[in-house]
Amino acid sequence: MNAPMSATPPLAKKLRVATTSLAGCFGCHMSLLDIDERILKLLELVEFDRSPLTDIKHCGPCDLGLIEGGLCNAENVHVLREFRSHCKILVAVGACAINGGLPAQRNHLDLRDVLEEVYQTEYLTSHGGIPNDPELPLPLNKVHPIHEVVKVDYFLPGCPPPADAIWKLLTDLLAGRTPTLGHGLLHYD
Amino acid sequence: MSDTDTIDAVLERHRRDGTRLVQILRETQEQLGWLAPATLTHIAAAIGWPRAEVSGTASFYSFFHTRPRGRYCVLWSDNITDRMLGNGELIDAMCKKLWLEPGRVSEDGLVSVNTTSCTGMGDQGPALLVNYRAVTGMSQARLGEMVGLIRSEVPVAEWPADWFAVADNIRRKDILLAHDLAPGQALAAALERGPEQTLAEIKDARLRGRGGAGFATGLKWEACRNAPGSGSNPAHYVVCNADEGEPGTFKDRVLLTSCADLVFEGMSIAGLVVGAKKGLLYLRGEYRYLLEPLELALAARRSAGLLGGNILDSDFEFDIEIHLGAGAYICGEESALIESLEGKPGRPRIRPPFPVTRGYLDQPTTVNNVETLAAACLIATHGAAWYAQHGTEKSTGTKLLSVSGDCERPGIYEYPYGVTVRQVLEDCGASDSQAVQISGPSGVCVAEDEFSRRIAFEDLPTAGAFMIFDETRDMFEVARNFAHFFAHESCGFCTPCRVGTTLVRNMMDKIAQSHGSPYDIDELFKLHRLMQGASHCGLGNSACNPVFDTLNKFRPAYERRLKSLDYEPAFDLDAALSQARQMTGRDDAAAHLQNGGEA
Amino acid sequence: MNIFQLDGEDIPFRAGQTVMQAATRHGVYIPHLCWHPDFAAHGSCKLCTVKVNGRFGSACTLEAQPGMNVENRTTELDDKRRTMLQMFFVEGNHFCPSCEKSGNCALQATAYELKMMSPHFDMFYPDRPVDASHPDVLLDFNRCIMCSLCVTASREVDGKHVFAMGGRGILGRRIHINSESGKLADTDFALTDRAASICPVGVILEKRRGFAVPIGERKYDKSPISAQVKEKAP
Repeated sequence: MNAPMSATPPLAKKLRVATTSLAGCFGCHMSLLDIDERILKLLELVEFDRSPLTDIKHCGPCDLGLIEGGLCNAENVHVLREFRSHCKILVAVGACAINGGLPAQRNHLDLRDVLEEVYQTEYLTSHGGIPNDPELPLPLNKVHPIHEVVKVDYFLPGCPPPADAIWKLLTDLLAGRTPTLGHGLLHYD
Repeated sequence: MSDTDTIDAVLERHRRDGTRLVQILRETQEQLGWLAPATLTHIAAAIGWPRAEVSGTASFYSFFHTRPRGRYCVLWSDNITDRMLGNGELIDAMCKKLWLEPGRVSEDGLVSVNTTSCTGMGDQGPALLVNYRAVTGMSQARLGEMVGLIRSEVPVAEWPADWFAVADNIRRKDILLAHDLAPGQALAAALERGPEQTLAEIKDARLRGRGGAGFATGLKWEACRNAPGSGSNPAHYVVCNADEGEPGTFKDRVLLTSCADLVFEGMSIAGLVVGAKKGLLYLRGEYRYLLEPLELALAARRSAGLLGGNILDSDFEFDIEIHLGAGAYICGEESALIESLEGKPGRPRIRPPFPVTRGYLDQPTTVNNVETLAAACLIATHGAAWYAQHGTEKSTGTKLLSVSGDCERPGIYEYPYGVTVRQVLEDCGASDSQAVQISGPSGVCVAEDEFSRRIAFEDLPTAGAFMIFDETRDMFEVARNFAHFFAHESCGFCTPCRVGTTLVRNMMDKIAQSHGSPYDIDELFKLHRLMQGASHCGLGNSACNPVFDTLNKFRPAYERRLKSLDYEPAFDLDAALSQARQMTGRDDAAAHLQNGGEA
Repeated sequence: MNIFQLDGEDIPFRAGQTVMQAATRHGVYIPHLCWHPDFAAHGSCKLCTVKVNGRFGSACTLEAQPGMNVENRTTELDDKRRTMLQMFFVEGNHFCPSCEKSGNCALQATAYELKMMSPHFDMFYPDRPVDASHPDVLLDFNRCIMCSLCVTASREVDGKHVFAMGGRGILGRRIHINSESGKLADTDFALTDRAASICPVGVILEKRRGFAVPIGERKYDKSPISAQVKEKAP
């Protein structure tokens, strides 16, 4: 005999969601806002922890973390690890989180040459030398996608992912379905 | 003589024939040191090939230099057996003495020091090539002398002759190595019997290829014989595969040193059976030093009436030419070897068609291993019934094993098929053995509980390598060495092998640097499953074998290196800040990152 | 008419046709990148790996035989294909948002078809310089998938041999240009060559022509690559 189906919805409490942008342009966050009035529906289902939308500075225990952007400096690594250790599900959102994206196009250059070119070349205005303030995070030798440093559970490609794709991913996850994207929603550009 | 004259002389010698491009490039480089852009342009124009194809070939082979190389080019054999004999410390010492980074030419253009795949001296390492001449038995003392000779620019030809001595180290002889055939005896018997009956004897003897795959030699010869030649120059060809590149194998080197006549005679018998007038011996570039002695042996056979026209006063006509490879393991694959013989990069062909119907110059071609051809002489002389008495029912005859690694008497051992691994270990004086790599990296790694298995096609087929590892050895490092080998030797044609061998190498390095996790081990299994089925040729299909075998049989060797059970970063996070630290001069706490598992 | 079975569907074929040719003509998509209907099979990308009687083989080189039972879009095979696509994406530098070929790219469209969500492996980020020497054409080797279609088209259609595949392995294998300088400008390559329009990815690009069709309205934006094979079938 099968147990009788529960009549109550599976989610009694709101899912807690954190979002951040590492080496990204916030375009993915803008695309999230492009879900338009569906954001009201979303707010019935989730509450936001650390996110540019809340201004909470550190991530608490969350059900879902959305990461935009890749890793280009030490701070990105710290934030990513904070998310990974606090989020049950971690999603790489957008091209930069997934393969480094635009920032990774510096990877064929030597970082030392880049710093020299930017901070020590005559025709540029900054003559202050390469910044060495301990407050500033040091850049990594190369830019990396986030799956090279932490386990990532789901990937949502796109530059940015279309709002409908973000909505589809969120509603799939909220409903307990493995997220899938059909033609038109799965895009790398 | 100007460079152009030098190149033209080489081109003339090869009749400006593009299919001889690999030989043209090799001979040109031997004289000019490297293959300059203008050299390639000149050669392309002379042979009438697009320049891009000439540079495509030149850039495929490890031994061709399209950038200036040092006047002394030192390449250390880097098989696991060389490592076990301490080549790592010797390479470091050499670089230190010469103020060099491995792989870089010194600023004065004097010397470069690098590694190369196994040079076939596993029983007398550590070995190296200096300007493509084989040197064996390297030691700290010899190293010091060598550095001195390089510094004072003494030509390699004037170096102590005993450095270049290569020993046969034949430890056990059976019917092949103990043969008492006079040159021409086997061929006379074959001529007497005629091609059809000789073929029948080969088939009845159930001779199978000794290069590893074990295809029935009689069937191969018959298919070649029955395939018609085509086009304006219809012909049949015999190719002897002496591209002995499988790490840990060196029995063909010994056969070509001590039994060259038998090998050439086997080629002639194959020629008689398939109806070929020409045979080609493809000799690996590492065995360049054998070229002159082999040419002398061919000349002797010609003057004895054993090669050329009217052989042994019959109407049989056959001659043999030697082609040298240039540092590409993949050319041991028969269709890649044929591509190389035709002057192209050694890229395995799409099969079918097989070489027996469309091989060298698109003509029916039989490609056979050195040892197979030598064994054919025994069958031609003594008959199938006699030969089939040796070995087992399914594996007739004998097998030459190249024994190396942890044992008292490395060298060549010939056994009737069916010998157990344990017997070989006892005979060569191996003790406390934990594993034997049978047939090289692409073969099988057998652990101690399998030592009663037998060397035979029905149990452990082998191309000949028998590398022994005693219980002090780290089987993970063995597999990692092989992973590097395959990544270096992948031809790059198909996706799963080109990228997969590099992914496997990188994952093994990650585990070696204590950054691995169980996720990485799962990835290795996944890549094995993909590469084994989807690769274009045997190299990719077997490239994960050593990783797969050691993961199954020596898993703790991997596990004790794993950082943690958690997901681990792909790279060293703290090292990834090194350039920024250098440029900013910072070394505060925030200028460092903890690596995974420590956080 | 001869018939073989592809995922349970009857595929008619003529003697001498490959599995790929017969399936494509019948409107059934077998994923592929290096195969092109106008040229002999190259057999290098291995995306068309199918299973026949339990054995793996390349559909583009496998001759169709009556009664053959071919597995194509199974979970097992599509998993392998996805892994090989990921291999392409990590070995090169494929930054779709900044590529003019995006939307018209066979690599990208095939990755959509196979639902590739990430490159999965660690990126190689190779250093592959672009060749902008030619007045009309840019070569961006960062995106090269080594399919050799440009080599074949230049040789067989244009009769020029502008390109050749050379070198070995992950580091060495690359397109060689038919000039001593290695520059395209020093060859007889022309924009009107068949080789100029054959590249399935974004290596060979016409200069001074960008975004003539907006992103979102390009070839594979309209319908998946598999559907286009079905639409094109006679």
